[in-house]
Amino acid sequence: MIAEFGLGLLWLAAGLAIIQSLLGILGLRQPDRPDLGDAVRPVAVAQAVLISIAFACLIYLFVVSDMSVRLVAANSHSDKPMLYKVSGAWGNHEGSMLLWVTVLAMAGAGIAIAERRVRRDTLIATLMAQGLLALGFYAFLLLSSNPFERLNPAPQDGQGLNPLLQDPGLAFHPPTLYFGYVGMSVAFSFAVGALITRDVGPAFARAMRPWVLGAWVMLTLGITAGSYWAYYELGWGGWWFWDPVENASLMPWLAATALLHSVTVLATRDALRAWTVMLAVVAFSMSMVGTFLVRSGVLTSVHAFAVDPQRGSFLLALMLIYIGGALTLFALRVGTVREGAVFEPVSREAALVLNNLFLTVILGVVLIGTLYPIVAQGFGQQVSIGPPYFNPAAGSVALMLVVVMAAGPLMRWRSDNVKTVLRRMAIPLALGVVALVLVRIAAPDIGVLPWLGLTVALLAAAGSVAPLWKRNLLRTPLFTWGMVISHLGVAVAMSGMAVDSAFYKERLVAVNEGDTTDVGPFAVTLVAVEPVIGPNWTALEATMVARRGDGQPFTLHPQARNYSTPPTDTSEAAITTHVDGQLYAVLGKQGQDGRWQLRLWWKPLVTFIWLGGAMIALGGALALVGRVWRERRSAKSAGASA
Amino acid sequence: MKAKNQRLILALLGLVAVIGAGLLAVSGLKQEAAFFYAPGDVAANGLPLGKAVRLGGMVADKSIRHDADGVTIHFVVEDGKAQIPVTFKGIAPDLFKEKSGVVAEGEFQADGSFVASNLLAKHDERYMPPELKGKMHMTDSLKS
Repeated sequence: MIAEFGLGLLWLAAGLAIIQSLLGILGLRQPDRPDLGDAVRPVAVAQAVLISIAFACLIYLFVVSDMSVRLVAANSHSDKPMLYKVSGAWGNHEGSMLLWVTVLAMAGAGIAIAERRVRRDTLIATLMAQGLLALGFYAFLLLSSNPFERLNPAPQDGQGLNPLLQDPGLAFHPPTLYFGYVGMSVAFSFAVGALITRDVGPAFARAMRPWVLGAWVMLTLGITAGSYWAYYELGWGGWWFWDPVENASLMPWLAATALLHSVTVLATRDALRAWTVMLAVVAFSMSMVGTFLVRSGVLTSVHAFAVDPQRGSFLLALMLIYIGGALTLFALRVGTVREGAVFEPVSREAALVLNNLFLTVILGVVLIGTLYPIVAQGFGQQVSIGPPYFNPAAGSVALMLVVVMAAGPLMRWRSDNVKTVLRRMAIPLALGVVALVLVRIAAPDIGVLPWLGLTVALLAAAGSVAPLWKRNLLRTPLFTWGMVISHLGVAVAMSGMAVDSAFYKERLVAVNEGDTTDVGPFAVTLVAVEPVIGPNWTALEATMVARRGDGQPFTLHPQARNYSTPPTDTSEAAITTHVDGQLYAVLGKQGQDGRWQLRLWWKPLVTFIWLGGAMIALGGALALVGRVWRERRSAKSAGASA
Repeated sequence: MKAKNQRLILALLGLVAVIGAGLLAVSGLKQEAAFFYAPGDVAANGLPLGKAVRLGGMVADKSIRHDADGVTIHFVVEDGKAQIPVTFKGIAPDLFKEKSGVVAEGEFQADGSFVASNLLAKHDERYMPPELKGKMHMTDSLKS
């Protein structure tokens, strides 16, 4: 019954999305009938309520393991721990699309309830755009990916969730990314709304900014968590593989980072109007491209749940309609967007334009590298694009970007001169030059990218905190703190990447029990390998004792696991965290002579990568809180004086 | 500066960035795209030397040999048309076995052998490297 109830709600919510769009169009067409436009808000809220209940129904079906529902049978198992039963609801194609549209509808309801800054007609146009967006995804769910489909007869038990996905961090990875993608859709809807009503200006930018910030924070967290997951779960010791699925989350992040900075220029300085609207369209397009890549089945990976050409074509059509429609609207209406305020070539605005340009170049490089193999495959050519392409191309531009990031906040709005900027940058630049020379002398063998990376990271770290120089720290606004922490986070992450890739140590050996191997500063002894049994897996578990110089010995337990449903082998790396890095151990196979293969890494400062990611997200969250807080207060004082 | 001129300059800069990204990407792709080869392709078209590539096919029966260091293996990849000896140092995937499909990432050597830095095999019942799927299919249809 619950499944049919959920499906009914899904149809009703789709109906409301149609009504929401139609009311929006009619409300804009007939300004003399305000009741039409006014009805859009409650409809958007009702749509969100219905679809949320439908999603709750799906979670309930997974929790009680109702195997008569095809989706539950295909992705769950009654033995599975409760957390993975719940997360199983979105750990598959249909469920994740239902989550997508649920978050979209809730964002629409959020705008309908809370947004008071933009003009009434812009808000109606924005909600209309949200309704049209949601409608496409409802159609996708109902016509080709029904999550509530029944299975007759019901099987005895389910097929289980991919063991690689049975991980607490990963249970929350998809929702985090979806909040990010969907936040971009809200920015997109605002941009479309403002274009329709010719209302592109600071008010629209201020309405859009919290959504961009929030989405960006979520994407940052999602990418950071995904990177750590790949690092410890895949057992290859790497933290970024330039896998198309990783790129699918990186591309919206790059566009969102650009948008985040240009929307600030528009909100505070009323410049970069058309530019910001264009970026909002691009950022959403990248979210759609990301969803398409991950969900359509053009990629074969743990993310591609089902290879179904019909779904792929449907998603491709949706993507082309929305992106094409938005670009057409942009082309038609860009002439009506008035020029914003002017600024000099040396100014904070100009630095932010440079930031946007560099981000655009990186985005272009990643996009082309990600799509090229798919297009080539269409022409019958098998090709793969990996780190040898991405690292130098994206890395070199990223270095320049980070230098600009260090200098930008030290420039004045509208107009500044080179001399004073250089004077403010004196300490960071001096540090950079010293690092450049010292690293070369201390480690002459490391690659060019890590060398420059370390240099730029140090320069950027000093430049990031420089805006706090001689300031009353207690009176510094929260969003300035946010900026400083985020920029510092970039420097921290970059230093982690550079140090790890320059100085990591790797050992691959076959040893008998009792043998000792050195890796970096550690001596690691294999004590024993024994079988162990978990809730839904069996494993061979090694016991190793590691010791650094004369320090305390500690133990590591890497496992080679075997899951029964579905039958899969995974390698669980053992990782110990130290102040200056991580020791990473993987258990391989036993040879015919009884020796065990071990793969050991000493990864200095590798933790800085994710620490930096967390700092970037924290800075974004502080900026969000700071902005909302300040606007609340100024709205209140404006209300009191009126 | 007039607002109109500024907008024009910004539009041009945007265009330059997009074109720059395109050029950067194309030059990178020319050098670094790792093409997929089956042993038969190499026999027909010669060795692609000095480039990271992928080699895919079946692991020949009774061809896996282990070195004394316990971490280096040698095996032969074949596709019905040609055979290529492969050396790999590392932990082989669980489903890597003889008479089963494999994709090796690495470089060809001047003597015609292949040194792999990574092996991809089917890693669960539902997954198969996409390159292999197409090639295996082709080989199957050629056989029949």
